[in-house]
Amino acid sequence: MHPSHFAAVVLFALFASTVFGITMRDTPPRMFRYGAYCFILFVGSAIVLSWVMFLIAR
Amino acid sequence: MSTTPNKPAASKASEKGFVYLPLIAGWLVPGAGHFLLGKWIRGALLAVSIIAMFALGLAMQGKLYTSAQDILDLLGVAGDLGGGLLYVVCRALGLGSQPVQTTVADYGTKFIVVAGLLNIIAAVDAHNLRTGRKS
Repeated sequence: MHPSHFAAVVLFALFASTVFGITMRDTPPRMFRYGAYCFILFVGSAIVLSWVMFLIAR
Repeated sequence: MSTTPNKPAASKASEKGFVYLPLIAGWLVPGAGHFLLGKWIRGALLAVSIIAMFALGLAMQGKLYTSAQDILDLLGVAGDLGGGLLYVVCRALGLGSQPVQTTVADYGTKFIVVAGLLNIIAAVDAHNLRTGRKS
């Protein structure tokens, strides 16, 4: 199996965010919100850092 | 008027049985600690997430750490051991024994380590539910 680097980031973020959401909050709505927050931060930071590295390498 | 204090269900449950059972079960089998406490949906989501992450790591030709040559390897072994029986079974079957040769395989190795670490977090969460520290 050879997913693209972005697919690997999305899968990693999805599973890690699910566990973070369930374990770090008490109620299902708060779990969902925190999981979504972590997912966005994971993927968003990967995209931003990718662009930073791209611009540095030019 | 009754003077009996209302105890939450979790604290009532914590008064009987071996208190570390969800912690140990959750470590050995992802989600099992939550299943023991009747948290079926949480347990299922944790099990699917952790097992899928571990399996994806293996599918990407990730490596299972087997011995510690330096401190980073030692940390890798510790993370992998967090997977509990997943790690033991895969070691017994000889999975994840090939050396890392591609970038994706390196990602796979990290997937396996992080799956183990997430499993430890989930097992500790089950313990907190068991002791009533979390509802």
